[in-house]
Order: sequence, then C-alpha cells, then structure tokens
Amino acid sequence: MELRILIRKRKMAAQLSNNQQIDQSLGSRYSTWITEVLDEMPENFLITDPCLSGHPIIFASRGFLKMSGYSREEVIGKNGRIFQGPDTDRRSVLEIREAIREERGIQIKLLNYRKDGTPIWIVFHLSPVFSEDDGRVIHFVAVQVPISRKASISQSGFRNLEPVSGLDSTAPNSCTWSRHSPDVGNLDVKADCPKLEICFGSCRREILKDSVRGLNKSLLPDASPEPDSRELQCEDACEDINLEKKKATAAIDSILSTLAHYSKLMGKSVCGRRCSSVHPRLTRITSSLNISLGRIKQSFVLTDPYLPDMPIVYASDGFLNLTGYSRHDVLGRNCRFLHGPDTDPDTVAQIQENMQSWKTFHVRILNYRKDGSSFWNCLHVSPARNASGKIAFYVEAQLDESSLNEDDGLTPEMRQLGAIGAVKVAVRTLFDAGPSKSS
Amino acid sequence: MLSIKRVPTVVSNYQEGCGRNCLGKCCLLGAKFPRYTYRGEKGRKYVENDGLSDRTGEMSLFDTLLMGEWEDRMSRGLFRYDVTACETKVIPGKYGFIAQLNEGRHLKKRPTEFRVDRVLQPFDPSKFNFTRVGQEEVLFRFEEDTGSEDHHAIQFFLNPHVSASASPSVIAINVSPIEYGHVLLIPRIFDCLPQKMDKQSLLLALHMAAEAANPFFRVGYNSLGAFATINHLHFQAYYFNMPFPVEKVPTRRLSGKSKNGVEVHELLNYPVRGLVFQGGDTLQNICNQVSLCCIYLQENNVPFNLLISDSGKRVFLFPQCYAEKQALGGVSQELLETQVNPAVWEISGHMVLKRKQDYEDASEEYAWKLLAEVSLSQERFEEVKSSVMEAAFGDSDDTLAIEASEETESMCLLKEVAANGVPGMASDEKGCLVHQ
Repeated sequence: MELRILIRKRKMAAQLSNNQQIDQSLGSRYSTWITEVLDEMPENFLITDPCLSGHPIIFASRGFLKMSGYSREEVIGKNGRIFQGPDTDRRSVLEIREAIREERGIQIKLLNYRKDGTPIWIVFHLSPVFSEDDGRVIHFVAVQVPISRKASISQSGFRNLEPVSGLDSTAPNSCTWSRHSPDVGNLDVKADCPKLEICFGSCRREILKDSVRGLNKSLLPDASPEPDSRELQCEDACEDINLEKKKATAAIDSILSTLAHYSKLMGKSVCGRRCSSVHPRLTRITSSLNISLGRIKQSFVLTDPYLPDMPIVYASDGFLNLTGYSRHDVLGRNCRFLHGPDTDPDTVAQIQENMQSWKTFHVRILNYRKDGSSFWNCLHVSPARNASGKIAFYVEAQLDESSLNEDDGLTPEMRQLGAIGAVKVAVRTLFDAGPSKSS
Repeated sequence: MLSIKRVPTVVSNYQEGCGRNCLGKCCLLGAKFPRYTYRGEKGRKYVENDGLSDRTGEMSLFDTLLMGEWEDRMSRGLFRYDVTACETKVIPGKYGFIAQLNEGRHLKKRPTEFRVDRVLQPFDPSKFNFTRVGQEEVLFRFEEDTGSEDHHAIQFFLNPHVSASASPSVIAINVSPIEYGHVLLIPRIFDCLPQKMDKQSLLLALHMAAEAANPFFRVGYNSLGAFATINHLHFQAYYFNMPFPVEKVPTRRLSGKSKNGVEVHELLNYPVRGLVFQGGDTLQNICNQVSLCCIYLQENNVPFNLLISDSGKRVFLFPQCYAEKQALGGVSQELLETQVNPAVWEISGHMVLKRKQDYEDASEEYAWKLLAEVSLSQERFEEVKSSVMEAAFGDSDDTLAIEASEETESMCLLKEVAANGVPGMASDEKGCLVHQ
C-alpha cells in the first residue's frame, strides 16, 4: 500500500516539474510580454518545445482553440498528434515527423479533428525556430489554416508536396507546392496522371459523406477518365487553395518575427533559419535525438568522451528527478559531482579504467543527491555508436538500488537495460560527421 | 558487482534431452520465459501512436522489454557481431536509400536449404528450424491475453509441460542482426508451421507492431522464393529511427474502400511495384484483407514480401520474381556480384552490402536497378493486382454500389471468407501437408 502511494507521489512530482518546464519554455527565451503578444495574434497556431519530453505544445493561440474546440488546459502539454484521427493520411503524418526530425519547415494539406470529433481540412505549416548563437532548434511553430468547404470538395488530394527547407528558399519560410511527377520507371498512361486519381480517390469520402449525392455523381471515378477535362479541374482546385497557402506563410512570418523581436530583448536571439556555422560538439544533440531520448523515462545521461573531462551532454528527466539537480546544473559537467564523502575511490577508479577501454560494464557505487542524501547507484555504462559505426557517446544509466517495482512486471534492471537499448537505437541514426576515434 | 537478475532456466529432467538446452520438447520441460500478453481487442479504438503511448508520451512497455532483453543478450555475447559498429549511410538522391556495410552477416548466416521456385513447401523437421535454437536466444513469449489478466501484464510463466493447447509464440534474437533489436517472431513455435502466411499469424505480427507503438519498429515477412531462408513460420522485426524510402513514396488509392474501411493503395514512382493497405477500424480488418491477398499469392505460387509499418497501420505487399529470374539467369552479373538478395528490408530501401567497394560505390541508380529487377513487370503486376483485389474485396467496381446500398451476396461471401479462411485451405494447421 505504501509502495503505491510512494510511486504515485513520485509520478506527481515528475508531473509537477514537467508542468514547470512547460510554463518556463517561453519565459526562459523571450521577454515576459511574449504570452500577451502571442495571445493577441489572430492566427491559429501552436508552439511546441522539442527539448521537453514528449515534444509538448507549450502555447496555443486563441484562434486555434476556437477552431479546434479545445480549451487551453486540454492542449498545453500534449503532443500535436492529438489533433490527428482515423482518416488523417499516414504519409502526411510521416512527412511531418520527418520534417521535425530533420529540423526543417513543411507546408502540407492535412486532415485534423476537432474536440467534437468532426474532421477539418487545414493547410498545416510547420517551421523551426533556431537559436542564433548555437543553431539549436528551440521551438517549432505550427500554423493551421482551415480550408474552405468549396475548396475541399473539388480539391485534389495533394499529398505529394515538396518539403520546404528554410535554408534553401529565397525568402525565409516561403514554400513551393510541387507535384511529384512520374519521371522514373515505366508507368502506364493511367498512372502518368497520378494527381487525377488522387484527386478523386481522396475526396470521394467527403463527397459521399458531406452532401449532395446527386450533384456529385459526375465526380465519381469511372473506369477510364478523360485526362484533359480532369486535369483542368485539378488546376482549378490547386488555385482554390492558394489563398490558404498564402495565409499560412504570412502567419508563420508574422509569428517568427514576433518571436525574433522578443527574443532579442532577452539577449538570446532566435530566427527562422539556422544561422550559425559553428556547432560546438556540446550542442550536437539534435531535435530528433532530443525527441527520441525524451521518451525514455529512466535515469540516464549521455557523456561526450571526446570533449575534455567527458561532460554530460544530455540528462534525462529521470536523472534530474533521481538526483534532484536541474538540467542547468548538470549539462557540461562531469558525473563526479554525484560522488561524496563515502563513495569508494576504488570503484571510481574502476569506472575510469573501464571507460578508457570503451567497455560495457556495471558497478555499484554510492552517489549523492543535490540535497546531500545518498543512495546506492547500480550504474550501467555502455558506449553508444552513431551511424558511422564509431562511438559517439557514453550512455550511463543510473538505478537507485532501493527503487520499487512498478506493477507491470518489469524489473528495474530490465527497465534500465531497456533505456540503454533505446538510447543506442536513437544514437544509431545520428549521421553526424563522426569522431576519428575508432573502436 | 551487481548482476542482472535472470529468470532461471531449469535443466530438463529428461535424460534423452539433446543437452543443448534447445527449444525442442527434449529440453523445454520446466523452462521459464517471460511472457508478454496483449489484449486482443474486438474493436480497437483509434489510437494515434506516433511512436509514443497516447497518454504518457513514453516508450512502450513492449519496447522496454524487447530492447532490455536484447541489450542483455548483447552483453552476453550471443550475437555474431556488433551491428551498431557497422557503418551506415543514406545514399544521396531523391529516395534516401539506406546502405549498410556489413561484411560479417552473410558469411555466417545460415544458407538457404530448399528450392526457390515453390512458395509453399512442407515443413521438414530434418532441416534447420527454430526448435533447434538455444533457449538463451528466446527473449520472451508474445501471446494474446486469454483471460482476466490486465492489459500488458508481463508474467514469468512456468511451463512445466508442453501441452497441445498451450502453443507458445516466441520472440527470439536474430544472431546475425541487420540493426539493433533485430528479432524473429515465431508464432506457435511447436506447431512447426512452414513459412506460409495465415490469418492468425498475421494478426499476431500486427499486434506486435501495435504493442511496440513505435513507427520505427517494422515487422517484415519473406515468403519462400522471396528470400526466406528458413522454412519455419517466422516474421522479422527491428528498430531503425528513420523512415524507409518505401514509406515516403506517393501512392494512389485503388477503387473504393471495403466495408471495413481498409484502403488499398498502389505505390507510385518506386522501383518495386506494390500495394499498401491502410485504414480499417481494427487490426482484424486490415489483417483480413491482407491475409486474403497473401493466401491468394501463395496458392498461385507468386513469391512475395510483406512490410508492416506505422505500428500496424500500414502494410506493404510486394509480389516479386527475383529468385526465379536469378535461377533462370535473367539478372545481370554486376548485380549478382553484390550478392544482395532483395528481401523485405532491401525492397523497403534498407540494403546491407557485403563488400566495401559496393558500399563506397552505392548509388541511387544501383539501388533502383537492383530493386527494379525484383519487381513484377507492369503487365504481370496488373494481372496479379486485379486477381488479388478480387480475392480480397470482390470486384472493385461493385464496391461503391455495395457501400451505397444494402449488403449483397458477394459481401456475405467475403465476410465468410474473412471469418473462416479461404475454403479448401483449412487443413494445413499442422504444417505437414503439401499444397500443389
């Protein structure tokens, strides 16, 4: 019984610190007026923080809440996927996920769902916000422009969009819509006009559901479409959505310049493009790595063996909860701050020795929290390699020996190993220009 | 030194055991494995799983268990090599094919032991099968929750007695992994089923993908003739935190939906022609349609590969013809020399190359050329496509009418087929009958 209460308390404490982080996400980067200013903007948009676990929404505009039917409390802290639903195209979801992973913008037509479950077609435009000094992505801005009913009925599916790269376009965040043309492979005539099939395939649902069955019979697909007339219809349909596209782009520009302005006031400028050419290794924890690592609840840190004194470059929420330190306290420091008066120096030496030979190992060591209390740490350490096959980081996973079993059947040790595995999977797809040190 | 607690494996009491601690009945008495059970919901509510559990944003329990057990086996030295030490790159180009340099994998992999021109071949106990692997290679049992257990309950299951009714399905390591977490899902391992798709097993595989709730955990299947190397029913799966090229290409939706909401698309602009199934309100729905298609292909001796993607929400089906082409001398020498056998992972765009030179030279053009050889020709694909659609959905033009009006006879028949399997197919549960 006591066990359950303790687990619940810890969960609540974690939740509380989570909420604090969400609250501080804007406040720590932009001047205090930012929330008010953003609140006054008419556009529908969300701001998310990829550095926080779960990549949560940290701000939702009034327009967005009105459009979606949710209250602020229901949205803040959640991930943007809650607005997707059964008919949201999976490929579109993949494209958005990829854009986030690659830290670039994207503008795409998307089916979202309101709180009451009704679907709504929107032009979805996502843009990263970069910190000017170190080039990290600190926020994403997502704008949603509803597509008018008329446009959505005749609209082509338009899933085939070229993603926007903030770096390549002439004006920041301008984007181009282009259609994938079947230029490779031997496709037959029918497939040569993919946009036609997509046109009718995807809107058939709206047609049948929404209205006017009699009226739209002519739009139902038949065995051999006449390319010419339908092509024209698609052209018209594309035009119909131009207005929404422009609105979305304009909204992004407006929000980004607002953020840029209010970040300057804090002395920590941001901009819509990655400006910095120098990336000190300390900041090579990309958004995508951040997001992947943020899913791991156990206590662990990543340390960089190529920087002097092997500093911590990533610390999980679990680590901060276990040790009582803040992220700011630990990033850039070597783990030895966890040692204390009764920590066995032989064990410390053993750790150092093992790390120098790039081994996987575990030890039991007495560690100290920020408040001075101590705990026996079952420390498990393993090198994590990136895509080049070379060791990129050390993963150090901590386990409080007295930690309790959760009721799902996994032992704490298994959770610890699972965390290490998940880190390795995440680091495996880091395509950084790797270090020259070989295994 | 703290050692990770392991569930003890009790040595067999049978004297005639082979002594290898394998998964055969000779050794299995008293062995214990962790057992992960999932709830096989009749109607799965739509859950947007984009890699995280819908409420907590955490790694799934399944992932934690699988990765944890896998990491444990790594530290015990059970793999033939450290796959994370293999260099990997994205080939520059439009598609983003992924190439890995892995010199060790094919040298030590078990060679294919049967003929490549028949998709269905009877299980042969004298050939290598998974009951011969060591128990240490099994990570855990993966089965449907049959009773009042909580969802996600993991139990350490005491298995004192192999009974016909308790037919465990297991997840085991692939000792020659392509990526971290590469495992094999072996449904009903003691039934010794041949490599042949059936609805129940496909559903198990789909549930595994759904339990992982991780879009980067894909599940794949190779039929015989499409580079399955072992004729004992199994699926493969591993983690790779990037989209596969095939997942990114545009698709075109075919005809109308079936009544269950499952959509079928065709791949566009991809060297291998294939179909994509998505949608449906439950895993059962998508399972029904896909298994009907696979069964049709099997019955008609068309080799195929299957990719379960997006946590079970998208399934790719690739009929192929490479092995036959290769045997008939129809593949260029240049391609043959790279010794890449295009199975499901290669077709999806993740290629393991054995020679350094091939890896250095790997280009989008090479990848395209190789995969184009795998694909059915346009004409053949159209034929197969319409037959397969008929098998799964009935005549496509009728489907619209069906949706708009009441049920017709064909829908009733489809339902029956979906529920009971294709007529004439029921016999092969023991895996020993030959299908001509």
